[in-house]
Amino acid sequence: MLKVNNIEVVYNDVILVLKGISLEVPEGGVVALLGANGAGKTTTLKAISGILDSENGDLEDGEIEFMDEPIHRMDPDRIVRLGITMVPEGRRVFEDLNVVENIMIGGHVRRDRAQVRKDLDMIFDYFPVLADRKGQLAIFLSGGEQQMLVIGRALISKPRLMMLDEPSLGLAPLLVREIFGMLKRINSEQNTGILLVEQNARIALNFARYGYIMENGKIMLDGPRELLMENEDVKEFYLGVTDEDKKKSYANVKHYKRRKRWLS
Amino acid sequence: MDGGLLFFFQLLVSGVAVGCLYALVALGFVLILKATDILNFAQGEVIMISAFICYFLVTTLHLPFLVAVLITCAAAGLMGILTERLVLRPMLGEPVFAVVMVTIGLSIFLRSMTGILFGHNNLVFPSPFPKETVKMGGIILSQTQIWIMISTLALIIAFFLFFKYSRMGLAMRGTADDQNVAQLMGISVKRVFAMIWAVSFVSAAVAGIFLANVMVINLGLSFVAVSAFPAIILGGLESIPGAIIGGLAIGIIENLAGGYLDQIIGGGVKDVTPFVVLFLILMVRPYGLFGKKEIERV
Repeated sequence: MLKVNNIEVVYNDVILVLKGISLEVPEGGVVALLGANGAGKTTTLKAISGILDSENGDLEDGEIEFMDEPIHRMDPDRIVRLGITMVPEGRRVFEDLNVVENIMIGGHVRRDRAQVRKDLDMIFDYFPVLADRKGQLAIFLSGGEQQMLVIGRALISKPRLMMLDEPSLGLAPLLVREIFGMLKRINSEQNTGILLVEQNARIALNFARYGYIMENGKIMLDGPRELLMENEDVKEFYLGVTDEDKKKSYANVKHYKRRKRWLS
Repeated sequence: MDGGLLFFFQLLVSGVAVGCLYALVALGFVLILKATDILNFAQGEVIMISAFICYFLVTTLHLPFLVAVLITCAAAGLMGILTERLVLRPMLGEPVFAVVMVTIGLSIFLRSMTGILFGHNNLVFPSPFPKETVKMGGIILSQTQIWIMISTLALIIAFFLFFKYSRMGLAMRGTADDQNVAQLMGISVKRVFAMIWAVSFVSAAVAGIFLANVMVINLGLSFVAVSAFPAIILGGLESIPGAIIGGLAIGIIENLAGGYLDQIIGGGVKDVTPFVVLFLILMVRPYGLFGKKEIERV
């Protein structure tokens, strides 16, 4: 469904952030994009949704296709119309708008206003907490509720692909589990494809069927979930699993650096 | 009612009428400022041009007043869209300071163009409202004042409904709140900006048409926008209810101060009062009544 082909992104004309990223999300698939801070995960999502311009970024090379249509020269609103909606990082709700208005604004691209009203109930069905807070300003919601709100806001545009940027950021583990449970339900009930960006590799790999691992603007490793979870390096660097008897100590820091080199 | 109280209410009500005009002008400023962070210095020229257009339609083309008003509003809306498209869009991504300078340039351009097209003479608008005054409970009002209040109220209600319930209105509020996220929701920020300029210019046009009824029409009409500044500051720069309440408050204060102090000092108080208020607000509460108190961490 979504094909990203060898894209290069430059910020401020000098900083090369993405050095040839390729990835693919199949129809209704769940794909995770993992990596450390500054690896370029968010930039990849921004490139797909076409909002690099407003941040002085520029797609220098490569192409992005959605449903076999090139989208990398399109305005962001057209991309949303085609069915890609992004949930930006950090629970960016419209603070001065109430819960219902926040969700309704997500349905901006849809022409069938009556149906949007009905879909509002579907969102409240997924996230009953929001139904209790309908008339409240979004700024007064808790962190978890805000995250649910931005997911609901994206969902009402009936996306074929939803891109989530670190939905687990700063939330309690219990809430994270609840939100990912909802995403799973949305994925199976609506057949919405999901491209998930996460730092928390454990959550992401439990959720996604396929994963890409990014470092320094390149994809270092990719494969189905099982393969990645078995990979020794992923285990050590991203999942924090090591053999008990070879416990880490400062003496082994050099070893870490040596091991890390294959990734960079 | 005894004479003193009656005098007070007389000043109060006619102050509201003046305040309505301030509110409309302030509204025009605040709409653009809130959504795009640009203080449009050409707002006063829009007021003036609208007055000229309306005058031209009524006197030269002999159109009925109501038709002239509608055409003027449409023209102002179109002017807003064109301004955004031709003047502001090329400035996208430039520093706010540069953009504001461009609006100053635009204001000079528009004022000169109006001078060339309509001349520099004082024109008197043939008022469509009857000359007879209306007496309500001892308070005397001109029909123009009454229509100013009714129209402003109607316009404010229309704006309220538009922003609260329409799809475009919601998109505008979203854009004002967070431009980047609005883009991600599939809102065309370019179109929203064009619409904001249009709505703001229409608000200015209505103010201009009524001002034409109470003042002579000449290039100086554009300076009314400067008088609306205290209203904006009082209301809090980025608050739409603030602009309306600020406008009304300034109108009332100015009228009361003029009414009572002019007898003592001997004239001119009315013109100074708004700026005395402005000065005081900036000292005591620089973010205004409804503005956001900005905290800057250094």
